[in-house]
Amino acid sequence: MNVSTELLPILTGLQKRFRNRLDAVHSPRANEIYVHAKMDLVAGFTAHLCRKWQARLVNLFADDARATDGAFHLYYVFALDAAHGFIILRAPVPPDKPEFASLTNAIPGVNWQEREVQDLFGLKLIGHPNPRRCALHDDWPEVHPLRKDFDLRTQLPPFQGERHKFRPVEGEGVFQVPVGPVHAGVIEPGHFLFSVAGEPVLYLQLRLAYVHKGTEKLFENLPVQHCVRLAESISGDSAFAHATAFCHAIERAASVEAPPRAKYLRSICLELERLYNHIGDIGAICTDVAFATVNMHCMRLKERVLRVNELLSGNRLLRGMACPGGVRFDFDADQLKALSQLIVELRPEFDSVVGLIEKSSSTLDRLERTGVLKPQVALDLGVVGIAGRASGFDHDLRRDFPHAAYDQLKVTVPVYQVGDVEHRMQVRIDEVRESFSLIEQLVAKLPDGPVRMEIGELPAGATALGYVEGWRGEIFHWIRSAPGNRLARCKVKDPSLQNWPALSEAILGNIIPDFPVVNKSFNLSYSGTDR
Amino acid sequence: MFGILGKSLGTGVVTENYPATPPEISAHARGKPEIDWANWKDARPAAAICPTGAISHQDANGQRVAKIDLASCIFCGLCAEVDKAIRMTNVCECAARRREDLAASATYSLKTDGSHERMVSSPAPQRSNASTLQRNEPLERLGRQIKERANKMFGRSLHIREVDAGSCNGCEIEIVNLNSPIYDIERFGVHFVASPRHADLLLVTGPVTRNMELALRKTYDAMPAPRLVVAVGACGCSGGIFGVNYATRGGVDSIVPVDIYIPGCPPNPHALLHGILLAMGRIPKK
Repeated sequence: MNVSTELLPILTGLQKRFRNRLDAVHSPRANEIYVHAKMDLVAGFTAHLCRKWQARLVNLFADDARATDGAFHLYYVFALDAAHGFIILRAPVPPDKPEFASLTNAIPGVNWQEREVQDLFGLKLIGHPNPRRCALHDDWPEVHPLRKDFDLRTQLPPFQGERHKFRPVEGEGVFQVPVGPVHAGVIEPGHFLFSVAGEPVLYLQLRLAYVHKGTEKLFENLPVQHCVRLAESISGDSAFAHATAFCHAIERAASVEAPPRAKYLRSICLELERLYNHIGDIGAICTDVAFATVNMHCMRLKERVLRVNELLSGNRLLRGMACPGGVRFDFDADQLKALSQLIVELRPEFDSVVGLIEKSSSTLDRLERTGVLKPQVALDLGVVGIAGRASGFDHDLRRDFPHAAYDQLKVTVPVYQVGDVEHRMQVRIDEVRESFSLIEQLVAKLPDGPVRMEIGELPAGATALGYVEGWRGEIFHWIRSAPGNRLARCKVKDPSLQNWPALSEAILGNIIPDFPVVNKSFNLSYSGTDR
Repeated sequence: MFGILGKSLGTGVVTENYPATPPEISAHARGKPEIDWANWKDARPAAAICPTGAISHQDANGQRVAKIDLASCIFCGLCAEVDKAIRMTNVCECAARRREDLAASATYSLKTDGSHERMVSSPAPQRSNASTLQRNEPLERLGRQIKERANKMFGRSLHIREVDAGSCNGCEIEIVNLNSPIYDIERFGVHFVASPRHADLLLVTGPVTRNMELALRKTYDAMPAPRLVVAVGACGCSGGIFGVNYATRGGVDSIVPVDIYIPGCPPNPHALLHGILLAMGRIPKK
């Protein structure tokens, strides 16, 4: 079997441990192993993999395979960071008994993902501590949009009733502050209910899914060539990262690899996306503690990155650049020169702006020890990306699962331990500097050659996992292909979905006026979560 | 303190003089596509590759009506890759007052293989607001006129409330950029406010989701009259790639009346400024 040498001992160990209880094992790719087993093995399998091999359960989703296999399938994607590979457990759920056992008590990080499966597929959760609706609001009729017998264009009645039954928080002097879905600033919609006693926040409840757009269902209804553009619209600030994760999945399903130059260009674009978002966030964090000057400088620098994006890809947010098999546009000498020039000019400018923050004791005072996400809490919730690295979680797909051209580079991953707003900003500052250096290396080492491979029609029934470290954290796209170059399923996992519950933890004990800066320091995508 | 001041002085003024000075847009930028209608040989390949259905055709009685609708165009440029008659321009300012002004179509007689024989009727001469604006009415003058009218109407200021009714947040990135020192929308007396009660203009993005429909209506209802609504982006103008499905209601005008449509995916800050200035010129006289 085609299994990487690092995953082989784990797989052998699993086969020894669970023997004939594994129904099938196959590995379409060296770092992507599928294990089929019955539902009752899931809990034990997960516990073993997590304890013995430090696996992380990074993605949990369902797939309606009643037409082909007579059952729903649940997929549990485990990332083995040290072995640089994925083990994917598949368990069937019979349609006549549509229920599955919850893992949330053991792994709190899958809380929302399990509830999403319950909402979208109508598979009942057994043993979940809080099995209320998550992906669909409470007023939705009993529909399960990702079942195959639900039509994309189904007309649902407009809102009526209640969106979410919030938990009561009572006691002397306790009161509730509802915020949203329309916020004061130019940000995405979501509802926050703060319970406060005096100034400090006792409890924060989130009601998201306001921008649920049926994206995953839409993937199943579009021809594959149009799906890339849809992937760009999952979360606009990560347009290229999402589109590239999608293309990665398609390429893996089709057993095609993007040519070397395309991989370099992908890495360059991923770093540019990281740059403009990080620089913008650093400014926005400063705005939220009333240091507007820094934001003005940051916006000015961000604008320069956006204009270079436009020069390179034709679009300021790098839309239209991604395509399966490589990238759509090559960079000529003038474009590369402009890119190099950008880095040369941005570096001292960025340093001097960071200098302004570092010299402002009143700013630092607001950031330090604000919105602390303790490392243990972050670990329990499986927090990833910037927020994870600020809370002691040393991981980055660019280093641990090299994609695009990251296998050609040494990526230094900043890790901090306190998990406050300051550290989340510091991770960004370090990563901006790292991106400068990565882009310079990528430009210097850029190989010649084509930037795109043709991908013929996808083989039907293929499954593949695509992954990209976006600027916010790890992005996964899992696909199963259908006949006629279509997708039977596309599961999108944005890091925001994983990180939102952590915000409720980080805000505890802080005052509501600090919520904007804490929220901004996570800067999670609503659209990426709600899809 | 002196460091902050020094940095600001050292940086100098970075604000653009738009619209008095036209924007410097890279030649690589993809703006609206332009069709050479007379020499369009076959609309089918472009229609097939268009991810949002912005290019479409309808065949009947040996004739074909081929259409392009900027309201759903995401400026991806895929059509121009398969069709020589289509060229991507870097023109981004395409805002229009009426949804139908964003569309253009021509009728062709067909050959037996389904390609175009000849053009039977050409698109209506330049109905697009953007082009008439650029030809007949220089933006500079428009900007001045608008300023005068807004000054009269709103005491030199227009207040905008933004609502994301379902966008992917791409449009929000560019809307936030309007407040950057480069575009500095406040130099027009335009100010983003936190409450619809203080707002004269509602800037709406996204295909309106089922879950945001009520919030959008309520925000609109909370605004004092006279009020304006601007739909932003392909999704806001038409529903974009999402269209109408079980979770989305389509473009903004399916929920509230829209005064200005700003196409783009996302529209860049110049396109947004252009659209907002256009909207201000339409403030109804008392």
